[in-house]
Amino acid sequence: MDKQDNNHIIPYKLYLTVLAGLITMTIVSVGVTKIDLGNLSVFVAILLASSKSALVLVFFMHLKFDNTLLKILVTSVFILVALVLFITFLDYNYR
Amino acid sequence: MTKHETVSFREAQSRYKGIFAWIFSTDHKRIGLLYLYSIIIFFFTGVILGAAMKLELLAPGKTVMDAATYNAIFTLHGVIMIFLVVIPGLPAIFGNFMLPIMIGAKDVAFPRLNLLSWWIYVIGAIIALSSLFMSGGPPDTGWTFYAPYAFKTNTNMLPAVIGAFILGFSSILTGINFIVTIHRMRAPGMTWFKMPLFPWTLYGTGWIQILATPIVGITLLMIVGERIFSIGFFDPALGGDPILYQHLFWIYSHPAVYIMILPAMGAISEIIPTFANKSIFGYKVIVISTLAIAFVGYFVWGHHMFTSGMSGTALYTFSLLTFIVAIPSAIKVFNWVGTLHKASIQLETPFFWAASFLFVFMIGGLSGLALGALATNVHLHDTAFVVAHFHFIVFGGVGFAFMGAIHYWFPKIWGRMYNSKLATSGWIIFFIGFCTLYLPMFFLGVSGMPRRYYDYVERFHGPNIVSTIGSWVLILGLVIIVYNLIRSAYKGEKASKNPWGGRTLEWSVDSPPTLENFEEIPVVTRGPYDYRKKTEA
Repeated sequence: MDKQDNNHIIPYKLYLTVLAGLITMTIVSVGVTKIDLGNLSVFVAILLASSKSALVLVFFMHLKFDNTLLKILVTSVFILVALVLFITFLDYNYR
Repeated sequence: MTKHETVSFREAQSRYKGIFAWIFSTDHKRIGLLYLYSIIIFFFTGVILGAAMKLELLAPGKTVMDAATYNAIFTLHGVIMIFLVVIPGLPAIFGNFMLPIMIGAKDVAFPRLNLLSWWIYVIGAIIALSSLFMSGGPPDTGWTFYAPYAFKTNTNMLPAVIGAFILGFSSILTGINFIVTIHRMRAPGMTWFKMPLFPWTLYGTGWIQILATPIVGITLLMIVGERIFSIGFFDPALGGDPILYQHLFWIYSHPAVYIMILPAMGAISEIIPTFANKSIFGYKVIVISTLAIAFVGYFVWGHHMFTSGMSGTALYTFSLLTFIVAIPSAIKVFNWVGTLHKASIQLETPFFWAASFLFVFMIGGLSGLALGALATNVHLHDTAFVVAHFHFIVFGGVGFAFMGAIHYWFPKIWGRMYNSKLATSGWIIFFIGFCTLYLPMFFLGVSGMPRRYYDYVERFHGPNIVSTIGSWVLILGLVIIVYNLIRSAYKGEKASKNPWGGRTLEWSVDSPPTLENFEEIPVVTRGPYDYRKKTEA
């Protein structure tokens, strides 16, 4: 129960900074569709989406303050999904 | 001592009576049995459909059904067997019943979520099978629902797809429950490397259930969107890519094979040391190979698509990865065989199932390598060889492990022994039927007989007759096994706590266990397969 009692007070300023980052990346992800990046277009879209998810996980969902095991588990899931996408694009990029 | 600590979970009173005491029970053991009874019903439905297919193939041309019926039957056989039987099979039945006991807990971490999983399973199953009773009939696409045909067929695709989507939630919730239970509820002293191997495989399976199932969920929703709104994800006529569907489908469905086989390997890892009366050979290596299979298993899905038109780079990457995933599976086989080396083996029915598992799993695994090699795959793809390989792995591997597990844990679950001679006779007949049914399909596949065809040319006739006769022998074996188990559940001799001399914690509790499993949570001081000292019988 100790861990649940560990409340983390995060300053509003940080939350607002993260929010601003999320909004900026959303605007960038819409804007970037106007540019023809060829094979990189999906990569850029996924990179932006993953960065936004990471911000939400780390700050809004308090992963930053969780124990190391949870951090490793969440990071592993990101790596797994990245590898799955990488292998999928071995098909699409070389067809 | 309270009443919960003295009477078995079957006799324990709850606020509900009769059938409601089961379908609203949050006891992990009752939920395990609810899954067992539901899965048995679906299994026999699938068996009847499979037998009907073999009957059709007894002779060339139309024998007992037309082509459209045959297409619907092999689709239903696949949907029922994969989504309703084999995927939930071992984890939902034996995982639910045994996991908490084997790790020294009173229940899973989220008992209500556990009950919800079963309810979702039942609802998903009813929706998936409702297409049987609708005009237009059940889908005829095969259980893979491949694009673009899945968007064009006039049969009832949507109920099957929506049913499979709902079933996914049941799988995810079970996975979450098991992972949290293993992380949080192990008995004092049970470190990760003192945990038995069956819970380890459930842990690996749990991660696959959580991470892979949402992908098929989204894919199935995309099919629904494609059929209703013609969006154009997969249909080339709408600018979509049918190979994208195959990627998304197999990104889940290949790891799903490991959802099926990992707990089967876990059950075998419990049976072999018990009947070898010897510590398992290379415990840590088996654990690592379990996790390696769960991890590498995510990256081999493309071997289902070698002839679909993928890039050359993807082809040889997937082929290489397929060969790599065979390594940890082979390590396990060496460990099991190593355990048997110089062991004083008790020749009981569960051991026969485990030994025959090794035999059929090796055939299934090695034929998988023939399919994993690009050159041979081009010849064998979509032939009866694939069907034989798949059944040797899934029916031979998972099915034999399931049979081994049910004979192994039967005394613990029902508190009674079964007739050993009848059980062994059932095993022999089943094993002969199994080999007679599926071995000819390897020859048929190599000779060029395609799968999913209700008709064939005359030169395939002989092996098809043998195969159909095999299906009858297999069913005879199955009837004997089921008769024996049902009869013994009521009339069998009373079982002691530990009839096989096992060392894991489930053999230290009553047969059948009490509602809360343990009077006191045990303190674990030794490894799970420590055979140096005898425990109390």
